[in-house]
Amino acid sequence: MARQIYQAIVDGILVGGVYALMAVGLTLIFGVLDIINIAQGVLVILGAYLSYSLSTRLHIDLFAGLLITVPAMFVIGVVIQWAFIRRLRGRERTSMTLLVTYAVALIIEGILYEIYGPNPKQLNASYVQSSVHVFGFYLSYIYLYGFALALVLIAAIYALLYRTRFGRSVRATMQHETAARLIGIDVNRVAALTFGVGIAVTAAGGMMFGATNAFNPNSGYDLISRLLAIIILGGLGSIGGALIASVFMLTLESLVDIWSPEWAIVVFYAALVLVLVIRPTGFFGRQPVRAQ
Amino acid sequence: MTGTVSRQRAAAGLALVLLAVAAIMFPVVFSSPVITNYAIYALIFIAVVTAWNMFSGFSGYISLGQAVFFGSGAYAVGIAARAWHITGVGVFALLPLAAAVGAVIAVPFGLVALRVRRHTFIVITIAVFFIFQLMAYNFAFTGGSVGVAAPFLPWSPTTFNDRFYYLTLGCAVVAVVIAVLVRRARFGLRLRAIRDDEDRARGLGVRTMRVKLAAFVLSATITGLVGGVWFLYLTQVQPPSGFDPLFDLSLVLMAFLGGLGTISGPIIGALIIEPGQLYLTIKYTNGYLSEILLGALFLAIVIFVPRGIVPTTGEWLRRLRTRGRPAVPPVPAAPDPDPARSGLSGGTT
Repeated sequence: MARQIYQAIVDGILVGGVYALMAVGLTLIFGVLDIINIAQGVLVILGAYLSYSLSTRLHIDLFAGLLITVPAMFVIGVVIQWAFIRRLRGRERTSMTLLVTYAVALIIEGILYEIYGPNPKQLNASYVQSSVHVFGFYLSYIYLYGFALALVLIAAIYALLYRTRFGRSVRATMQHETAARLIGIDVNRVAALTFGVGIAVTAAGGMMFGATNAFNPNSGYDLISRLLAIIILGGLGSIGGALIASVFMLTLESLVDIWSPEWAIVVFYAALVLVLVIRPTGFFGRQPVRAQ
Repeated sequence: MTGTVSRQRAAAGLALVLLAVAAIMFPVVFSSPVITNYAIYALIFIAVVTAWNMFSGFSGYISLGQAVFFGSGAYAVGIAARAWHITGVGVFALLPLAAAVGAVIAVPFGLVALRVRRHTFIVITIAVFFIFQLMAYNFAFTGGSVGVAAPFLPWSPTTFNDRFYYLTLGCAVVAVVIAVLVRRARFGLRLRAIRDDEDRARGLGVRTMRVKLAAFVLSATITGLVGGVWFLYLTQVQPPSGFDPLFDLSLVLMAFLGGLGTISGPIIGALIIEPGQLYLTIKYTNGYLSEILLGALFLAIVIFVPRGIVPTTGEWLRRLRTRGRPAVPPVPAAPDPDPARSGLSGGTT
């Protein structure tokens, strides 16, 4: 029993790292653009399908394929922001962006169905099936590689945010958009690039998700609900919060999974509701989501 | 001046009577069950979107958890009928139970969710929605993924749809009447004050939590009832159909297309979108193309009529009427005496 629990914790942390990568993109987009991107889930699945096509048609390795899919997803993100999100203003902006990003999700999902059909697919490579035995735990290579990849990419995002001029303008826009505009930051450009970066990480997240789960075009909804729960729990717009909340939630889910797989995901959402009853801003709520 | 007002009122009254006659005569003229099926679904959605709008449209708290009440109402009727061995027409006596279940669920749901605003509120409603869908899958008494079936109604196929048509028409009329009453009452004014500036509304003495919760529960009660009717019409409910995420988004889309917070807007939205959606699902059975078209429609609405059909048309008509005359700012005094027009012009102003 104790052994099962340790294994569940290790699994939770490893999978949590991958979720953290996807959640960081979502929370970054929220922080800068003040929108919730419902399409994030289906974009992860799009990333998975891109990797799938590259590996089955062109026989490119999953990790090497990221060199193609990450820039491609970046471009898709910038285009979505430029075409649809840029023009939304006014009082109903919150709900409008929700509708727009949901519409984008529906369109992408429909196109994926047209191309790939409804049958579940899974990414495959030599390291997807095999595992290594460390300290008495069985660790699948794909989880280890994925966790390492997630760490590298999250570190890269941190470096981008805290070590570059662009990162400084992103953080300034997150803190106060009008003030950022006044000191000469091109807020529109920051918004477009941030959206691009937030979507680009879904390419890596999608590859990992596709290698560890069977997916079809419909899988995006389950994923986006989990990601939303994670970023709200971590505190909207907080990158550190997203990391901790991902690991916390996925470990919790993996622990409950020992006892009852059916209820594991319920616990996931129930944890969110409970935490918000006690602390409405989440773990690291930067801005008061409840301004009372 | 009073002459034109009374004439306008008479015209509005006549239009309402004509609409009522048309609604009542509809199944007599179009007796085909294929057509009445469209009408029944449109009426179900008119009732539910009006209920949704009563809370979300008036208060500005966009809820994506309305399906929680809809599905719970449906399950309540099914489970109660099975447990108490109620068969035949007697099941209609269970509809108040569906409404009550909606209300009872809304109280704790509202107490938790209404503590937070904007994005967080939306996400909490999504989370609660998923909890309910998963519970419907996992519990034994909800029948898992098989769901619950309704008792057999001893009605001939020819009258089955007609009876449900009038039942859903009744639900829709009741929902709209309640919405009009809420909008005109002080309660509706408080809700809209919360939408415009919640902190200021609190400062002015509105007990925001109480007002929000009351509207949330009222909306849930109607939705639960309609969920029960929907279940009896469809004769079965499964977790993905009772708790359907597309259901919530359709409601938001209908309200936005017509005009959020208005009375007639959501009705028009439902009349356009629900038959359209149903037609596409029947025509393209694989559903992928209808999904792409639905998404494209979303985008078109947001880009071309971001404020909804009703407010945009109202503005357009006003501009047409005042054309050629100096642009006089409208007199802000006296509340609009004409109910038909106040339904058109309000909401987003």
